[in-house]
Amino acid sequence: MSDVRARPHAIGSPMDRIDGAQKVTGTATYAYEWPVEHAVHLYPLQSTIAAGRITSVDTAEAEAEPGVLTVLTHLNAPSLTRPDDPELAVLQTDEVAWRGQFTGAVVAETLEAARAAAGLVRFGYAPREHDVVLRADRDDLRKPEHAAQFGSAPGDLQDGSPADSLLGDADAALDSAPVRLDATYTTPMYHNNPMEPHTAVVSWDDGALTVYCSTQGSSFSQMLIAGVLGLPPDRVRVISPHVGGGFGSKVYPHSYAVLAAMAARTVRRPVKFALTRQQMFALVGYRPASIQRIRLAADGDGRLTAIAHEVAEQTAKAKGYADQVAVCTRLMYTAPHRRTTHRLAPLDIPVPTIMRAPGEGQGMFALESAMDEMALACGMDPVEFRIRNEPEVHPESGLPFSSRHLVACLREGARRAGWERRDPAPRARRDGRWLLGSGVAASTYPSPRLPGSSATIRVTPDGHHRVLIAAADLGTGTWTTLTQIAADALGVPVEQVEVRIGDTALPPASVAGFSSGISSWGSSICAAAERLRQVLESDHGGTVPAQGLEVTADMPANPDEDRYAMHSFGAQFAEVRVDRDTGEVRVARLLGMFDVGRVINPKTVRSQLMGGMTQGMSMALYEHSVLDPRFGHVVNHDFGQYHIAANADVHAVEAHWVHERDPHTNAMGSKGAGEVGIVGTAAAIANAVYHATGVRVRDLPITLDKLLP
Amino acid sequence: MDVEITLRVDGTEHRLTVDTRTTLLDALRDRLGNTSPKKGCDHGQCGACTLLIDGRRALGCLALAVAHQGADIVTAAGLADGDGGGLHPLQRSFIAHDAFQCGYCTPGQIVSACGMLAEAEAGWPSAVSKDPGATDVVLDDEEIAERMSGNLCRCAAYANIVPAIAEVAHR
Amino acid sequence: MKPFRYERADDVSSAVTALAEEPEAAFLAGGTNLVDLMRLEVATPEVLIDVRRLISDRIEELPDGGLRIGAAVPNSDLAADDRVRRRYPMLSQALLSGASGQLRNVATTGGNLLQRTRCPYFQNVTTPCNKRAPGSGCSALEGHQRDMAILGSSPACVATHPSDMAVALAALDAAVTVRGTDGERRIPVTALHRLPGDTPERDTVLARGELITGVELPPPAHLIPSRYRKVRDRASFAFALVSVAAALDVADGTVREVRIALGGVAHKPWRATTAESALHGAPATGESFRDAAAAELARATPLPGNAFKVPLARNTMVSVLLELLEEGR
Repeated sequence: MSDVRARPHAIGSPMDRIDGAQKVTGTATYAYEWPVEHAVHLYPLQSTIAAGRITSVDTAEAEAEPGVLTVLTHLNAPSLTRPDDPELAVLQTDEVAWRGQFTGAVVAETLEAARAAAGLVRFGYAPREHDVVLRADRDDLRKPEHAAQFGSAPGDLQDGSPADSLLGDADAALDSAPVRLDATYTTPMYHNNPMEPHTAVVSWDDGALTVYCSTQGSSFSQMLIAGVLGLPPDRVRVISPHVGGGFGSKVYPHSYAVLAAMAARTVRRPVKFALTRQQMFALVGYRPASIQRIRLAADGDGRLTAIAHEVAEQTAKAKGYADQVAVCTRLMYTAPHRRTTHRLAPLDIPVPTIMRAPGEGQGMFALESAMDEMALACGMDPVEFRIRNEPEVHPESGLPFSSRHLVACLREGARRAGWERRDPAPRARRDGRWLLGSGVAASTYPSPRLPGSSATIRVTPDGHHRVLIAAADLGTGTWTTLTQIAADALGVPVEQVEVRIGDTALPPASVAGFSSGISSWGSSICAAAERLRQVLESDHGGTVPAQGLEVTADMPANPDEDRYAMHSFGAQFAEVRVDRDTGEVRVARLLGMFDVGRVINPKTVRSQLMGGMTQGMSMALYEHSVLDPRFGHVVNHDFGQYHIAANADVHAVEAHWVHERDPHTNAMGSKGAGEVGIVGTAAAIANAVYHATGVRVRDLPITLDKLLP
Repeated sequence: MDVEITLRVDGTEHRLTVDTRTTLLDALRDRLGNTSPKKGCDHGQCGACTLLIDGRRALGCLALAVAHQGADIVTAAGLADGDGGGLHPLQRSFIAHDAFQCGYCTPGQIVSACGMLAEAEAGWPSAVSKDPGATDVVLDDEEIAERMSGNLCRCAAYANIVPAIAEVAHR
Repeated sequence: MKPFRYERADDVSSAVTALAEEPEAAFLAGGTNLVDLMRLEVATPEVLIDVRRLISDRIEELPDGGLRIGAAVPNSDLAADDRVRRRYPMLSQALLSGASGQLRNVATTGGNLLQRTRCPYFQNVTTPCNKRAPGSGCSALEGHQRDMAILGSSPACVATHPSDMAVALAALDAAVTVRGTDGERRIPVTALHRLPGDTPERDTVLARGELITGVELPPPAHLIPSRYRKVRDRASFAFALVSVAAALDVADGTVREVRIALGGVAHKPWRATTAESALHGAPATGESFRDAAAAELARATPLPGNAFKVPLARNTMVSVLLELLEEGR
């Protein structure tokens, strides 16, 4: 592969975020905040049944309210070209597929008027009996098929993996091994909950649509929105330079943007629409709940002989989705006999979506809890047990890893965490009323590149380089790290580089997701820089012409992608305190040691890893979306009741990494860092809670009632 | 129902007509074009809309504009202006410590920290203060974290927010 | 939010009269709970009468050595008041464990007492709730029960009162002063809030138009160890699963004086009178504490989803009493 030049100055330096001053003053412009003249406000209507049909609509009272311009329902909404997508193609039928689905919208001069009038619209329903309960013993569990990217890409599971995998004879090995484990772990429904609610500010101008959108990929949004509205993509411009977090929920869900576009077309005015926090629990996806049975078998030396991981997970009847929950088990540990399966329970619930480390987030909680239990059963230290079962190559595909430094992470993490002083006996340490414990778990997440990116570079004779790519910065630091990559690729100081992102007027970019952003966009920028160098040399004798020079390059192919398994890794160590009387858990320390390839910006990557770990703690201890089986809605649909970690919950959090570049992933030698931080944290904490209390909690979240004496 | 009110925002007086239902947050964002305070929950549960109202930190989303006739309001944008056009020390420290990622909760965090430092200076205790009678507050990490817990950060920059504030507090 | 008129009265008596004359009026003080409920259309007043500037925001000494807290005193100021911190530390701790700094700066003493339950079905107008819409049914009874009551609930309502401050006030034998069209009256905090019975729409015994003007704290008999402990699902900025306000005075190994109130367990701050009676004159030991806590909770009627609150309340009571015993040594 072509390599970034050997004299990097910007890559590896802890550069401050280039949008820092805007963010700390609040002047960075998020979607809702773009000044749009004569805009009106939209407040949506949502179904109050979980399944059935709308039989009547009464909008008269709402329409009579001062300031109300229109009330849209399925009776009067414009027709869309893809009416068969119950999520994106809003208001096309009288069918209700989940509680909280859009059934209409009030458009009014002010937000206050729109919201108040929304309360005056009356729907009549013919409800069908609904079913929202996930159980492993359901007789209608089905194997996911063609669920990759909601069926738009080949493959069974969301990431394109097959639903099942089988090597050897797992059942026979599981029956005959001297040490065996058979345990079931569950994870609840989790909601992404970025701080910035999903927003679309839309305006039509001569048949073309402009959307200020909170999205993880303006190019992807453009394609989705144009597709549903039946427009050529070049008639839709999506602008989103600043995005207030997404964690997956701003990739696929776009119904709010479609609804706003419909409303703007109807009233012939620009429309502003931001979801409320409560609405986000029904409309912009979530991590589906899972029930996971894990069986492990080992010989007398603590070598795994069989691994089986069977998953049942929620999905929506409306639109198939399947997280790759057990795919992590296919690559983590060596064992001759292995089986993984995924089954779905299609329910009358909102459509799930990707949420930070989709699949791995849930799956590694189960696998890494099971590995802890199995280490104890084998009488081994959990760090050593993992190292003993470390594979040479991908255990199922047989491909070599592009780089895999998990053992180094485990060893160095253990050293930093003071693991050698640990007494393995559970419930053996105390500090006053607090029981103390520590635990470890491994982390992994793929490090892919996604297709569809190109970068343009414009250089002027004064040496100013403008780099254009419709990439997204959700807080990931991308704007800054792409600047660093471009500077080194061009061989200039960062001051001479200006990166522009978040706008479909720029060259297209793949979504910010799947830990693929830097790999995909950085590769494209490096390719453009290389082309610029060639064109300068061949056509201009090395001197930038007076009128400047512009080149564009697509993301180059990487033949190594088929020859290597590319994944980030990590080891996480947790120290917990559990109140012996009340069961309250405090995480005194989290330490992560990661293998994310070459680090572009140690400052932002550290933040990203620490943020992932803290979200992992939040997943372990606090978060849990409660579905009410009678109504079909998420009961605790706000920040007062859906608890995410607050400042006082967080104590010492450390993220470190091994300084190893990956020779195969991309021109920078980096691997993905966006998701690996959240993977395994929950297991490390659950394992530490066991060590502190002697109580094994296999059902997340680990709330105090599960630990009460 | 419309009412005319006066608000002083970041040092500038504004006269505006608002619906009685309009919150200070919406008045600032939708009417005055000051989008520094953010709407994260509109429910008093996240802190993204934190303002200094007459010198105290408070939530814009739960404050009716009509009940705040004549109020003096400071946003994160105004904190920056107040310091000779440059950034406030808390803002500089947040950048140096990378105490934010997506930035959406950040103006609220910074305004909240500003109000919190004044509260500590005044000797106000917190739920984790060891001696509830003590009038001198030592802002250790635990104190800062507790006092800042009304500002949620989904990116979870907390472990950087606390040292960013501590550096300013201990100057 | 439904449209409403905003009014300011000239004084307390005209505010009270104005409210009594308007069938759909409400008093506005800090607004931290009311504005929220109005946005959710759980509360739909047609007139808001702003009383924040009418009622006292001062804390004054009473001749008997107690304190009188104006109903408009913000939670922050009350928690930070030197006299409160020295004489009623449990009250300061309770206030500081509630809400967030931003909310405490605005929320008032009177408003804190009158805040409504955070039951998720009460706050969601698309689900039945007897408290919000009498006769529609209680969704929590067979729904999400984690935060619901274990003491004093009824088939009509299993909601809990969310205040921390009120729990400490109940333990401290505080009383509220109330102004109505018929003049002023005084109500012990323990008698202010109601159990739901079959009229859960009424949180308190206040008559329509009555306004809380202040809270009176009796003199602290003497300085005895006291504290407020709150157990919740995260370390801060969350409502109590269970909270305990307690004070304990021990002489010669015997309980001389004890106060216990519980939060998060009932439709009102729950003064644990059964436990207190059991402890008066009893030996100050872990065993007595456990027996007393068990006696208090013998009447508990937990639901499957909140049965854990019974051992949690027991353990927390015992733990706090043991700490106070240790502190008093």
